Amino acid sequence: MKNRLAVVIFLSLMSAMSWAAGGSVTLDHMKPNLADKASLQSGAKTYLNYCFGCHSTKYARYERIADDLQIPHELFMENLVFSDAKIGELMTIAMPEKSAKAWFGATPPDLTLVTRLRGVDWLYSYLKGFYQDDSRPWGVNNKIFPDVGMPHVLHELQGIQVKDCGESHGDEPCSDLKLVEGSGALSAEEYDQVAYDLVNFLHYMGDPSREYRESLGIKVLIFIFIFFIFTWFLNKEFWRDVH
Amino acid sequence: MKVLTDLLGWVDDRLPVVKAYETHMSKYYAPKNFNFWYFFGVLAMVVLANQLLTGIWLTMSYEPSSDGAFASVEYIMRDVEWGWLLRYMHSTGASAFFVVIYLHMFRGLLYGSYQKPRELIWIFGMAIYLVLMAEGFFGYLLPWGNMSFWGAQVIVSLAGAIPVVGEGLALWVRGDFLISGITLNRFFALHVVALPIVLIALVVLHLLALHEVGSNNPDGVDIKKHKDKDGIPLDGVAFHPYYTTHDLVGIAVFLFVFCIVVFYFPEMGGYFIEHANFEPANGLKTPEHIAPVWYYTPFYAMLRAIPDKFGGLVVMGGAIAIMFVLPWLDRSPVKSIRYKGWMSKSFIVVFAICFVILGILGAIPATDGRTIIAQVCTFLYFAFFMLMPFYSKAEKTKPVPDRVTS
Repeated sequence: MKNRLAVVIFLSLMSAMSWAAGGSVTLDHMKPNLADKASLQSGAKTYLNYCFGCHSTKYARYERIADDLQIPHELFMENLVFSDAKIGELMTIAMPEKSAKAWFGATPPDLTLVTRLRGVDWLYSYLKGFYQDDSRPWGVNNKIFPDVGMPHVLHELQGIQVKDCGESHGDEPCSDLKLVEGSGALSAEEYDQVAYDLVNFLHYMGDPSREYRESLGIKVLIFIFIFFIFTWFLNKEFWRDVH
Repeated sequence: MKVLTDLLGWVDDRLPVVKAYETHMSKYYAPKNFNFWYFFGVLAMVVLANQLLTGIWLTMSYEPSSDGAFASVEYIMRDVEWGWLLRYMHSTGASAFFVVIYLHMFRGLLYGSYQKPRELIWIFGMAIYLVLMAEGFFGYLLPWGNMSFWGAQVIVSLAGAIPVVGEGLALWVRGDFLISGITLNRFFALHVVALPIVLIALVVLHLLALHEVGSNNPDGVDIKKHKDKDGIPLDGVAFHPYYTTHDLVGIAVFLFVFCIVVFYFPEMGGYFIEHANFEPANGLKTPEHIAPVWYYTPFYAMLRAIPDKFGGLVVMGGAIAIMFVLPWLDRSPVKSIRYKGWMSKSFIVVFAICFVILGILGAIPATDGRTIIAQVCTFLYFAFFMLMPFYSKAEKTKPVPDRVTS
């Protein structure tokens, strides 16, 4: 028991230290926009084509996404679902977790809640943070998530980034990346948009009722405000004779 | 109409419903000078009702097992009709409960509502607070997120610091060597059945005791000293309709703020729902920074401020225990802070500031400097209570008016 306690404390200390060290890389900011259905659709396309092979979104259902993103069911099933899944099913993947762990060193995490766990800025920066590192098994590393087990899946779109810090950097870890011109199918701006749309989509995924919740909220608040006015005058009327 | 009157008469001959209504509503005379601070009691009742109702409906779709708990919460958020609203009302309600309870307790401190003859009301209230903390703790494990798991792991392990029986006690609470599905199931039983029953019983006792002796007020004067020829206190008004209409205004304002959080900031920047709780419990992966939810952080800061673990546990327990005996620590001849001396006034300000600072320190990682601040605040927290018998008696008080001031 004492030993276990010691382990808990040790782990907490270790993680507190890594927490302190983790704040050094500045994240790129992105502001999600759930009203931009085109962006969400584009993100869904990228997600289902590039990410969904390894990363499940097992708490969400295909149908909800099709409905929320205003994609007709038939079109959605024909173009975005590559298995024999039914539209009402949860978005699980076929890759067994054990094999995945053997192949990548870690099981690719489920991404339903990734933006709520790590934040949109982190994810956006992560998608833009891959660079060439021949010491890693997949030839790439990531400046936001050092020694990540994942290959750069969007590499054909973005191209290759290399570290670019010059000589005068001293002891500071190098985090400036430079794109090798013409190595990817998209320009830097176009890739940023792909990354933005993907993060925007996963932001939607984290809390699909958010847009409706926020549009309902204002009506609820107006209702309560009117209720407040009534209670105010009711109270005033009753207390008129108290001195 | 006659049928209804007859029915009421029939029931009243067998159960004193009319008498109960008069005792607690239409002929319960409360001081007419209640101020802003007096809304939080009724607001606590509103939040309790919210927690019970949303809790019942969440239970209908929640699955208390280590395999299914996390997924069932997401099922509630995505597939259950209005499930997201139930869940956010419940999670926001948990924090709102502590906001109103802390303000309600501070009101008691300000106006001496714990003093004779209201000692039992205070003790029942403290018991409610204690049960509420346990209720929140058990409930926090239920979503089975990683912070749920590690929070419970750290807190239950604390029991292991008690000499001799500690390790056995921690094992007995968990029902396993680590937090597991077994722990989850028993916490579920305690959260949805056992503690709510205790909580409701205590609330009833709290109110019965209050209505027996009558409410205190911001002046701390006894309104029963001056009655009219019908025996009604001159400074009292009937709870219904005067305070029912009055409280409705407070409830409307509260609901407005509550709904802003529910609809626009349900996570409250990670303080109401912590970010690390969006991945399932994982015994092999510690969250980067383990912090309890904000309403426990003052006591967590005290725990960390003491270098010795068992010592920290004693201090943390003592910080809550000492509040129970508050009615016997205050030796002041007056109740309200309005008529107490400068020492009581200074101490209550220092106490409030220290409590807030401890709350902030408990939520962020500890450093050497912060630990010293936490130690100073812990010392002042205890000084407020332990020196009270001396400063409350020694200081010069102001004369208390005969009737309430409006």
